[in-house]
Amino acid sequence: MEIRLERRQTVSRRINVSSRILAVLLSLPLIGLLFAAYGVNPVDAYLRIFTGAFGSPYGFCETIVKTLPIGLCAVGLTLAYRARVLNIGAEGQLIIGSMAATWVALYSGLPQSIIIIVMLLAGFILGAAWALLPALLKSRLNISEVIVTLMMNYISLKLLDYVVTGPWRGLTQWGFPQTDPFPSYARLPMIVGTRIHYYTLILLLASTLILYVLMKRTKIGYEVKVVGGNPDAAKYAGISVTKNILLVMLVSGGLAGVAGVGEVAGIHGRLIRGISPGYGYTAIIPAWLGGLDPLATLIASFFISGLMVGGDAIQISLRLPSSLVYVFNGMILLLIISSEVLAKYRIVIKIGGSRIWI
Amino acid sequence: MDIAASILAEAVRAGTPLMLATLGEIYCERSGVLNLGLDGVMTIGALAGFAATWLTGSVWIGLAVAMLAGGLFSLIHGFTSISLGVNQTVSGLALAMLGTGVSSLLGTKYVGLPLRESLPLLQIPVLTEIPLAGGLFCHDPVVYLGMVLSIAMWLILFKTRFGIAVRAVGEKPEAADAAGVNVQLVRYLCVFLGGVLGGLGGAYVTLSYTPGWREGVMMGRGWIALALTIFSLWNPLGSLIGAYLFGGVEVLQFHLQEYGVPASLLGALPYVSTIVVLIASSLGLLRKRLGAPAALGTPYRREG
Repeated sequence: MEIRLERRQTVSRRINVSSRILAVLLSLPLIGLLFAAYGVNPVDAYLRIFTGAFGSPYGFCETIVKTLPIGLCAVGLTLAYRARVLNIGAEGQLIIGSMAATWVALYSGLPQSIIIIVMLLAGFILGAAWALLPALLKSRLNISEVIVTLMMNYISLKLLDYVVTGPWRGLTQWGFPQTDPFPSYARLPMIVGTRIHYYTLILLLASTLILYVLMKRTKIGYEVKVVGGNPDAAKYAGISVTKNILLVMLVSGGLAGVAGVGEVAGIHGRLIRGISPGYGYTAIIPAWLGGLDPLATLIASFFISGLMVGGDAIQISLRLPSSLVYVFNGMILLLIISSEVLAKYRIVIKIGGSRIWI
Repeated sequence: MDIAASILAEAVRAGTPLMLATLGEIYCERSGVLNLGLDGVMTIGALAGFAATWLTGSVWIGLAVAMLAGGLFSLIHGFTSISLGVNQTVSGLALAMLGTGVSSLLGTKYVGLPLRESLPLLQIPVLTEIPLAGGLFCHDPVVYLGMVLSIAMWLILFKTRFGIAVRAVGEKPEAADAAGVNVQLVRYLCVFLGGVLGGLGGAYVTLSYTPGWREGVMMGRGWIALALTIFSLWNPLGSLIGAYLFGGVEVLQFHLQEYGVPASLLGALPYVSTIVVLIASSLGLLRKRLGAPAALGTPYRREG
């Protein structure tokens, strides 16, 4: 018997999708082993995750609540990753966006009627600005954007720490590391009975659609894909690699910044140290799971958010640490990229004279 | 010992985990495999080392277990990037997430436990009295191991057949293959070695530098080591300078606090320095027309 890999002539959409679903399904028993090592019954844990996320109207709404930041970050990342710019900095860009909104809400003194618009704009602009340095270093000096964006994440966390324990610490907060609450006119309105702040929801749906059309139907989308596929060919064809790297970084940084505005002005109503439980890192998973297609990524974001909501539920009931989400993220990401190989190659098993392939 | 020597001594201790991890990554990248999962590998080593020491009462067993755990954990990345040939950047990133997640999941029961055992201190008589340089000779065995390794690994990389094989596999794998070198095997060995040293570096943090296990204990050291790999121009001797320099930055942080600079802002210093170092190295590389190993990040498959 002989087993070998053969390159497929064409990779059909069906194989692409099914290999990804297979990857997610495979991750469940593997993480189940970890649950068992921790002393938790895996089947019980998965049932609780599922019912926690999708088993009640409350859980379902909470899943949408988490889809907002994760989706905004993830959809932006699809554009960057298409151009082979591996922005890992959505976490930091989100934090900076939330800080920008906080300054506008508490210290700008702008009229109530325009404050929310300015907060959203400030979030986008500052989030994009936070992505500018890694973009410039990548395009000018060929410095790894992965390391620089990660360093920017750590720096943004320290800045956040500084403002909430120092200059912006709330006067009415009994010394807790958080700002004073935002005035009500600086809070994002919510769908009644839920925590879904719908301005952000509309922005998420709109940006998904815009990026989808941008990538499929426009010259910009075409250029981004060429830069990602073959930078030398792009240069030869007169496409500016620098311009495209800047574009995708600024857009993905900006959308992550908007996600930060949603969190601070929609959910918490004040800037806190734990403004993001790793949304920016988590968003990397749906971007890959969705095959860097904005629409598929939106759906994948909803699924991953469900996993997070369910994860929150079992953290409380089974006393698991919050970092559980990184286990899921790492495992699913490893399996997705491995499954991409399966999609590109077919496994051929030869037994005697006959060939079986998968 | 004078003040300069004691500051150097602190910097050397702080730099040792970075140096060990950087040395491992240098071999890994020299063989053509980029392991961005280093931070996760170090975290796994940090927990494994602490847990094994706690359970057995021996720091030595702790260090050995950490090395083994780091090595085995890196083999996941070895499998995906060498055998499957997936995108190494993404695979490494996944490994970093997995390592952080798994170690904090399995480490919850060790949070806040005090460590009774510690590494023995080996003061080298006479040498510790030298002004400034005396700071190099008042440490535990792991610090000395780091110094010895940086020289030994430089010798192996540039003066032995194995070192030639490693560099060949990372520069021109098809030529190495034609010359009879087993490309996959050399790469697996280097990835494993990178994991072993990453695990050791991680364990040094939880067993000696800041004894104890908690979530986030690695504070991004793995990512800093990745930058130091570039800074050292993939040369083991260079890691000595880079790591101790960053150890110095860490020490500077504590001393500047005495002057009333907020701790949270000072905490950003290592990360800002990392970016500065990356810019400096990149400009240096451009000027000297040097670059990363040519086949870094590209999987190798024999044609046909």
